[in-house]
Amino acid sequence: MPRSVPRYGLCMAKVPDRQICLELLGRMCLIRRFEEEAGRQYQRAKAGGFLHLAIGEEATFVGTTSVMRDDDYLIGTYRTHGHALARGTSPDAVMAELFGRETGTSGGRGGSMHIFDWKRRFMGGYGIVGGNLPLAAGLALASQYREEDTVTVCMFGDGASNTGNFGETMNLAALWDLPVVFLVENNLYGMGTSIERHSAVTDLSRKAEGYGIEGERIDGMDVLEVRERVSHHLEEVRSKGRPSLVEAFTYRYRGHSAADPEVYREKSEVEEWLAKDPIESFIRRCLEDGVLNEDDVEAARREADRSVEAAVRFADESPEPALESLYEELYVVSETMGWYAVDERSPEPHRGELGEDAPEVAKNLAESGASHAEEARERQSREGVRE
Amino acid sequence: MSEIRMREALRDAMAEEMRRDPDVFVMGEDVGVFQGAFKVTEGLLDEFGEKRVRDTPISENTIVGTGVGAAMAGLRPVVELMTVNFSLLALDQIVNHAAAIPYMFNGNVRVPMVIRMPGGGGHQLGPTHSHSFEALYLQVPGLLVACPSTPADAKALLKAAIRDDNPVVFIEHESLYGIKGEVPDGDDVIQRFGEAAIRCEGSDVTIVGILKMAHVAEKAAAELEDKHGISAEVIDPRTLRPLDLDTILESVRKTNRAVIVEEGWPHGGVGANLSTLITEQAFDYLDAPVQRVTGADVPMPYSRRMEQAAIPHEENVIEAALATTEGAFPRERQD
Repeated sequence: MPRSVPRYGLCMAKVPDRQICLELLGRMCLIRRFEEEAGRQYQRAKAGGFLHLAIGEEATFVGTTSVMRDDDYLIGTYRTHGHALARGTSPDAVMAELFGRETGTSGGRGGSMHIFDWKRRFMGGYGIVGGNLPLAAGLALASQYREEDTVTVCMFGDGASNTGNFGETMNLAALWDLPVVFLVENNLYGMGTSIERHSAVTDLSRKAEGYGIEGERIDGMDVLEVRERVSHHLEEVRSKGRPSLVEAFTYRYRGHSAADPEVYREKSEVEEWLAKDPIESFIRRCLEDGVLNEDDVEAARREADRSVEAAVRFADESPEPALESLYEELYVVSETMGWYAVDERSPEPHRGELGEDAPEVAKNLAESGASHAEEARERQSREGVRE
Repeated sequence: MSEIRMREALRDAMAEEMRRDPDVFVMGEDVGVFQGAFKVTEGLLDEFGEKRVRDTPISENTIVGTGVGAAMAGLRPVVELMTVNFSLLALDQIVNHAAAIPYMFNGNVRVPMVIRMPGGGGHQLGPTHSHSFEALYLQVPGLLVACPSTPADAKALLKAAIRDDNPVVFIEHESLYGIKGEVPDGDDVIQRFGEAAIRCEGSDVTIVGILKMAHVAEKAAAELEDKHGISAEVIDPRTLRPLDLDTILESVRKTNRAVIVEEGWPHGGVGANLSTLITEQAFDYLDAPVQRVTGADVPMPYSRRMEQAAIPHEENVIEAALATTEGAFPRERQD
């Protein structure tokens, strides 16, 4: 059943200065464009696996990252191409990861659900719903342990608020005074199950009460409100060392993944939320305010087009990961663990598969596997693009 | 050298590494004020304080996940799970996160942590506190798996595990915490992973045993020698990942027979895996099928009689060894 678009906050957040507005607009346009193009590349089978697009949710994570410090940690879910881009990761590297290329953020080992960028303290996308919550507590524990004033922002969906990890981690973080802002991106659906059908309490910010921490519901479609409120929470958490829970009300315009027929919601509901498009409403606000003009908006869109086109080109031209590298990065070989068997089935030598032999052994093993992959790829191209 | 108990050896390993590296800390259920459910962390809270010896709520998946996150940020957590059965509540963080993260993020981040867990039967704790999941963790690429059987190995392996940059599942046996053994003094005695120990040399049959079963194998070997005139070589792999297959294969090529002893279940077990590896790589040397001695294929029963029947004993190992040597040696010593 279609729901009315909720409005929160009695007074709207102030429009910041021109530079910040350009930055917010640029990031949101880039991410929107990137996600649209990712969807297209997925249709062309350039990107594999699952593809979860965040179109419609841009204001939540762009607003959040715009008020984070460079040394704060951000950790997300399997819908995080945009989170990485918002944190400053190059679109080239994110697109290349979707394409499974060596130049991707995870060298083609992670894919769409597992983007990672240590330099920007984007601590990863995670494919297990709720799996990133304990990790956030750990990152925050490290900050506390080392007496640093960095904060971890942990973003997750409404569905994750029903997992055991949510209860366990909120309790631990509150008990240990860990500096985490838990930010629920409440897009009203856990995959295809609406919030009324998956959560006994639908005002998710109230779930903070059971852990004795602050909880607030904000309008995740309004990038300026997100900025203002998340900034408040970041500074509270930073100064008081207590976690808090922010529920950002948002909406994804596309399906859960690219393979979602969307039988669980009405077209009219989507249209209602489209009227609140975070990018279009921000543009209207900036134009009304006079801080930006039509040329600025046009320039931001052109720049987004250009970056995304370049990213696709970059990804397409990037090499596939070398088969010799199949077993690389699995273990750190050191004084305490001097070797590991690349594959116990391989004949000789055994305690060998020493560092220098490993690539060769791995290559031979991988080549047989890769021939299957090639066959599958050929079959796919014969049968045309995916449904 | 000093003679200490296994639990003290493990405690000393943690204490020494904590003195050596301020990034090492311990957390788990009842590791602090209670001094550890099995008293392994006794004294650590007094020496290191609450910041580094952290009592946690009963939240296994989050305890391990918090460790993973802290390790990603560069700390070196030693997480204690009260039993291996409880570790199943943390399987998501162990398998989907700790083991996968370094690889799935292409080595851009590491997870240097140790997850200690005691298991094994023999204390009438029934089907939720007595199991052996070595095989389960052995299966996971990205993890290291240790299963020490002596105080000296326990200490040296745990120190290595704490210094190592990979996630380590460190399996202890509840029945071994009280055993005493000579442990070398010195902060820097570590045991590298992937080096098996030959507990006694022999020429007729190779017996591989882990954890408590390494001791059972040794006792069986003594009896095989005494009563049957059979010379058994006993190997304790000490770590299952990496596995020192070389030492085992070398032994099998010499004895031409192998028996594998474990407390875990038979299907997909440590023995099933090792027997396959031996068959694949030393088939031509084998004079008899590889024999496995395993725990019974049931959830661990409570009744003392039934529990003892579900756990391998010396006589089971002797029987298996004799089966491999059938006809090759006299069954009884000819006096």
